[in-house]
Amino acid sequence: MGGNDAGAIVPDDHDFALWEKRVDALQVITSTKGYFTVDGLRRVLEDMGEEAHETMSYYERWVVSVNQNLIEAGAYSLAELGAKMDEVKARGETYGDCAVNELSNPCAGDDDNG
Amino acid sequence: MAEKVRVSTMMPPGHVRTPAYLRGKTGEIERTLGPFSNPEQLAYGLEAEKLPVHRVRFTMAEVWGAEAENPADTIDAEIYAHWLKPAET
Repeated sequence: MGGNDAGAIVPDDHDFALWEKRVDALQVITSTKGYFTVDGLRRVLEDMGEEAHETMSYYERWVVSVNQNLIEAGAYSLAELGAKMDEVKARGETYGDCAVNELSNPCAGDDDNG
Repeated sequence: MAEKVRVSTMMPPGHVRTPAYLRGKTGEIERTLGPFSNPEQLAYGLEAEKLPVHRVRFTMAEVWGAEAENPADTIDAEIYAHWLKPAET
């Protein structure tokens, strides 16, 4: 990065996790709606600095950037974000847990597809 | 004859599209594109002015100096107008 030696390129192909696909979709939807542009996405990715590129995965960096841009654009407040994160966390650690909890307690805390 | 331009050496923090390895280098305008919205404003959610973007051709000798393996080879980069100044020949 930035002209520095970064070692060998890993040519392996890999499948994306569901959450990674969702982060990609979130970026497409929110930028299409005009909250930010690809320039804003790149700006936050660059501002994270070199360490973030070594310690976080591609879509981990993306979700941080998308969130930062949406906060700046006023799409939601930090308080709304915090409340939503708590709500999602309460669903369980895995997609399986979430599905079981959803079955035993339908529509709990879920206002968008209940 | 193609116009010679020199890329600014400035290094502001933040989002810019001008490659660092071309700053301070001199090349020739190959063609002019745009105008396109200034990404340095778009990146911060600001209203962006439309600027010409120049495709500038640099020789490897200019970019890499004596280290260039093929000094006569060239690289083209598209650079926003405010980064370029006419170069003394």
